[in-house]
Amino acid sequence: MTSPSTEPKAHSHGLGEIPFSKLATHGSFDVNDFPVPNGREEEWRFTPLRRLKGLHNGKAVADGTDKVEVDAPEGVTVETVGRDDERLGTAGFPADRVTAQAYSSFEQATVVTVAQGAVPERPVTIDREARGGTRFDQFVIEVKPLAEVVVVLNQTGTGVRAGSVDVHVGEGARLTLISLQDWDNDAVDVSQHNAQVAKDATFKSIVITLGGDLVRLSPKVAYKGRGANAELHGLYFTGDGQHHEHRSLIDHNVSNTRSRVEYKGALSGKGAHGVWIGDVIIGEGTTGTDSYEHNRNLQLTDDTRVDSVPNLEIFTGEVEGAGHASASGRLDDIHLFYLRSRGIPEDEARRLVIRGYFLELVGRIPVEGLREEIMAKVERKLAEHE
Amino acid sequence: MTKFEIRGLRADVLIGEDGRQEILKGVDLTINSGETHAIMGPNGSGKSTLAYAIAGHPRYQITEGEVLVDGENILEMSVDERARAGVFLAMQYPVEVPGVSMSNFLRSSVTAVRGEAPKLRQFSKELQGAMKNLAIDSAFAARGVNEGFSGGEKKRHEILQLELLKPKVAILDETDSGLDVDALKIVSEGVNRAKEGGEMGVMLITHYTRILNYVKPDFVHVFAGGRIAESGGAELADVLEAEGYERFVKAGA
Repeated sequence: MTSPSTEPKAHSHGLGEIPFSKLATHGSFDVNDFPVPNGREEEWRFTPLRRLKGLHNGKAVADGTDKVEVDAPEGVTVETVGRDDERLGTAGFPADRVTAQAYSSFEQATVVTVAQGAVPERPVTIDREARGGTRFDQFVIEVKPLAEVVVVLNQTGTGVRAGSVDVHVGEGARLTLISLQDWDNDAVDVSQHNAQVAKDATFKSIVITLGGDLVRLSPKVAYKGRGANAELHGLYFTGDGQHHEHRSLIDHNVSNTRSRVEYKGALSGKGAHGVWIGDVIIGEGTTGTDSYEHNRNLQLTDDTRVDSVPNLEIFTGEVEGAGHASASGRLDDIHLFYLRSRGIPEDEARRLVIRGYFLELVGRIPVEGLREEIMAKVERKLAEHE
Repeated sequence: MTKFEIRGLRADVLIGEDGRQEILKGVDLTINSGETHAIMGPNGSGKSTLAYAIAGHPRYQITEGEVLVDGENILEMSVDERARAGVFLAMQYPVEVPGVSMSNFLRSSVTAVRGEAPKLRQFSKELQGAMKNLAIDSAFAARGVNEGFSGGEKKRHEILQLELLKPKVAILDETDSGLDVDALKIVSEGVNRAKEGGEMGVMLITHYTRILNYVKPDFVHVFAGGRIAESGGAELADVLEAEGYERFVKAGA
């Protein structure tokens, strides 16, 4: 068994056309290229392995079912394909053993294609309800040049799930991908989002993680041309005993690209654990990169845990902007003071500030009904903790 | 008729975990409704501390004295109770509260202070009118509280709240600072509208005499070294304009 290569390597999945990026050079499609993690590895040290239900050590058996309903407006095709479809695995390597396990084991994949120049009038919605057991899945979202679309991946139900979502945003296209992890509280979900963003294209990722016993989601972005832009927004509300881990990687492997990463978490209750790892790489020889990443955590009770690690690696002197920030703490007493100084009682002031914390991000979701739905879920979860 | 009295007020600023420093060293002042008292003084003399301590800011702790509204000591009240008792502080640096819309905040605030929720249509009309008076674009109502506002926009919104909440006592902490003349006029007109009818007392904290051309003081007090060093009529402001605070900086040091 070889360890995952950090060298560029030959492969047959179409990755060869894109400039070198960490997505193209780190990882492998073959689960056997990864040793079984023991929890001390950098990439696994925050994840409670025993709660992965065998996803990491080959013991998980694919025996689960999903109910998937797709609403595809005009200009969008949705297909279910087998392992041999050439569009699979074209956006990036699986970066860890679980994701590679999913790639090695999946039987069916869903491919969403948005036609060139299409501007569908409503979002593409994929409602995925997990109905127990273990499943490995692959999704591909290919947005052709100049198309503009919102894709909603709404995930509910229970089970053990692992897989990838491969995203191609064509030249001048705009994709907003909203991934909602609204699993039941005993579900396990390990997934990787790989986005390849072409010249002058914009990829907006909105990740909302509310449910699950353990959710580990790794959004990764690489660029294929200048003027490409990626915005990654995340919101997690981590309750009693939940583990929510988000690991973003932005690889500015091309000049004149932009990225913004903003993840916000709220944690409440015993054993709630939030992890955010934000990797940004500004590649050798690139110029004009504009990058900023930010993680905030609101710890509503004292018995919660947060690990927040921004990593910025710069291999060039020609950067337009690069920064990161991370802050975790209690409700800001100055926010409360301001509202209370206007007569608003403390309880109500707390509620306003906490809701505002969520609304600031939820407000950016470009689908009104979904905004309300998500706030209603947040309200229900808040009610459990107030 | 309201009487607002500050008696022997001493207060510390809290620094870090357990540091503290005494800033207010025995302040006495009485403001009756209808009166405007300008508090002037050099930077660092404790003017803002006085404002924040009265409002109940968590970074300040009162160690001695009383602040009475019609004989009732508001220092025994919580921050929001003080506001509902009729004390309003227009802050020098209004706080940004992300995600809480201005309109939602104002409605909550007005509901709390008036003791009942205003009728929605009536309130929205009242709000629109008040915003128009202060030359605030109606789009601000949908934005987060002070979020991304310029300094001048924040100050206008402080006065907007003043006009909506109609307090018994308004403490204006350097509301004039950072405003250009046009904005200063707009804000001053707002203060003067709130003063109409003579039911509100005003404590106008300022470093400069400029605002006093628009909001006329009945009394001027020089604040230095954590207490009121000298008091007089409006003419004292002219003396300060001509001579500066030098004399008081030395005395207070």
